Amino acid sequence: MTAVEEEATVPAAAAATPRAAGLIRTAWAFPQAKVGTALTAIVVLVAVLGPWLGPVLTGHSTTDFAGKPFKPDGLTGTDGLGRDVLTRFLAGGSTLLLYAVLATALGLVLGAAIGMIAGYRGGWLDAVLMRGNDVLLSFPQLVIALLAIAVIGPQGWLLVLVIGLTHAPRTARVARQATVAVRGQDYIRAAEMYAVPRSQILLREILPNITGPLMVEVGLRLTYSIGYLASLSFLGLGIQPPAADWGLMINENRIALVVQPWGVLLPVVAIALLAVGTNLVADSLASAAAGRTRKVRS
Amino acid sequence: MTDPVLEVTGLAVHTTAGRAVLRDVSYAIAAGEVLALVGESGSGKTTAGLAALGHFRRGLVCAGGTVTLRPRTGEPVDLLSLGTAAQRRLRGSAVSYIPQDPALSLNPALRIGLQIAEVLRTHGYPGSVEDRVAEVLAEVGLPADERYRRRYPHQLSGGQQQRVGIAMAFACRPSVVVLDEPTTGLDVMTQALVLETVRTLTAEHGVAALYITHDLAVVAQLADRVAVMYQGDLVECGPADRVLRTPEHAYTKRLLAAVPDLSARPAPAPPPDDAVLAARGIHVAYGRQKVLRGVDLALTRGECVLLLGESGSGKTTLSQCIAGLNRNFTGTVALEGTPLASATRQRSTDERRRIQYVFQSPFSSLNPRKTIAQSIEVPLVRLTALSRTQRRERVAEMLDRVRLRSDLADRLPDQLSGGERQRAAIARALVTTPDVLVCDEVTSALDVSVQAAIVDLLGELRRELGMAMVFVTHNIALAPEVADRIAVLRGGEIVEEGPVETVLSAPSHSYTRELLDTTPRL
Repeated sequence: MTAVEEEATVPAAAAATPRAAGLIRTAWAFPQAKVGTALTAIVVLVAVLGPWLGPVLTGHSTTDFAGKPFKPDGLTGTDGLGRDVLTRFLAGGSTLLLYAVLATALGLVLGAAIGMIAGYRGGWLDAVLMRGNDVLLSFPQLVIALLAIAVIGPQGWLLVLVIGLTHAPRTARVARQATVAVRGQDYIRAAEMYAVPRSQILLREILPNITGPLMVEVGLRLTYSIGYLASLSFLGLGIQPPAADWGLMINENRIALVVQPWGVLLPVVAIALLAVGTNLVADSLASAAAGRTRKVRS
Repeated sequence: MTDPVLEVTGLAVHTTAGRAVLRDVSYAIAAGEVLALVGESGSGKTTAGLAALGHFRRGLVCAGGTVTLRPRTGEPVDLLSLGTAAQRRLRGSAVSYIPQDPALSLNPALRIGLQIAEVLRTHGYPGSVEDRVAEVLAEVGLPADERYRRRYPHQLSGGQQQRVGIAMAFACRPSVVVLDEPTTGLDVMTQALVLETVRTLTAEHGVAALYITHDLAVVAQLADRVAVMYQGDLVECGPADRVLRTPEHAYTKRLLAAVPDLSARPAPAPPPDDAVLAARGIHVAYGRQKVLRGVDLALTRGECVLLLGESGSGKTTLSQCIAGLNRNFTGTVALEGTPLASATRQRSTDERRRIQYVFQSPFSSLNPRKTIAQSIEVPLVRLTALSRTQRRERVAEMLDRVRLRSDLADRLPDQLSGGERQRAAIARALVTTPDVLVCDEVTSALDVSVQAAIVDLLGELRRELGMAMVFVTHNIALAPEVADRIAVLRGGEIVEEGPVETVLSAPSHSYTRELLDTTPRL
């Protein structure tokens, strides 16, 4: 058998079709990624700059008496206690956003850790973790949150904790599924052969290969976090008055919807845009991840 | 001579992006003739073959040429000028296709009898569909009784599945059959059966067959004429004998030289030395299924043993027991007389270093998110105390040894070809200079020419580094090229063991004889 210059042709062919590096770049090609990012960016900008911008624009702080209750004068008028609606709207997004991001991060880290350990170790540990997971999944997320807050009281840390914890089982499922798909690959066996510590196998060998599905989870869980936080605030169990918050504002101003629509409209539109925006981004990531696996399989 | 049944002229195909995949390809097949379309992955042979069905895979467009079909009944047609509906009527009836992997092409939820009947009904077969199903099953050498027809695909072996695929293709008495590497996943004996079936059917029914393959030895057994594809060009076409004996094109010559040759003379065996590795009484069972039944295998320093067996013989299980990747065995694996723990994590660092393993598929053995250099560095980090700079030097040195360009070090695996990836995987196994290298079917996922280069490389490195090697394979033809000794594994037992020359010239076990007889040669 003679060695021939076998691979002389192949690298050239490989170089001719460079693969887009990274999920994000693939996702960016979808129109919904651009629209979603734009919507999210607008709301985030409002929420982040709002607390400083509000007093400058309107001359009022969030709790100042700005005029008679439910009067649509000024830019957007006043609420039931005579506070300036625009100031409160501008100030009302930052806490929501911060809590949503923290809750999502907590849920994702915890869920991914549980899912990856269950998926990688398999056996009885997998069974125990995943059945426990199923039990948690059988309770509606909002019900657990309501219960915890009703018992302990509406605290910021509790909101983050309870929403993050209820996200974890959902993320764990996704992470486990992705890990199981990767676990059987020979490169994991190779790492085991070299007795790479199991924590290193999880972090260095498995994690980089399941970022696709986890990215999708980030987008999805962020959308849910925003929704739950707004709902809890609306129910009076979230961020407490006199602090300004979008969910809370909807509740405070809903009785005067006909005379003073701005008090409800502004926060509703902001929450909707944010939710739609993050969901569109999640959707584009999901499509990119799906397209990728399809390509790998073929 | 009558007009050929299928005639392809001046076929050009390019990708939607405009890159040429086929340039001016022409071939013709007469009734009852087998034309083999040969080439390595990416040469365009499957594209050229599928064009005979008027089909182009997604992302490919036809840029000119004609595909003329002269069916047994009716007027000649140009497949490419027909509409989709008309093409679909012809596919399966006048032209049919036998795909590479029968397990993927049969519907797992339908009984096989029904699947064959479906083809007949779709094309409005005149006469009794039931009778024809029974008839065509008998033609491919399968039992045609009611019970067999009620089986599901998963109840058949790979060879039987492929024959059901062939039965489906021949059911409507087509004029042309396109076979796309139908024996790639099958072991030699099943392959011989399937080839026999194809040969009889084409000859008996005067079918023109296009056989797409990269295996020249199969071609020598089956084809009347051979067309060689290289990078989208048809570089040589002629009678099989002529092309295989006196090839004209340089590429054909190279391809022929790369085919492993059973009659090559093995290198002289190294002087016998003390055993570096000894496996004694290895038993592995999964439930009641016994995979290995007391296997003994010993290796002396610098020796290469070819572990031969078909799929399911337990050869991979045995090699994984040696490497510590399978802990569910009884028996002992000893390194220079010291018994080893069954699991690699329980072995000492030095023991781990001295036995290395190369996986079958380079497409799954390298982490897709790590660069080549990072992957090769892992054993150095885990098994040696070298500093960062020293490790980097060793990696560079090793890349050079396996003849990978140094600029590939920082690439990700999917930017490399299959052969390059396997070289990287070999580099990872050899970077810690092991005493024993276990290679599990390392060439089965690669093209013939790439296989030749990898086998040469392994032989060279083995001599340079003086290590012992277990070369696991199902291809007995590789024996003279790589090994000093052969151990034939069958049903979990070693049925024959001895020096390569003795086993090849005077096999003592009937299974080995059968293997040698059915292995296609040039």
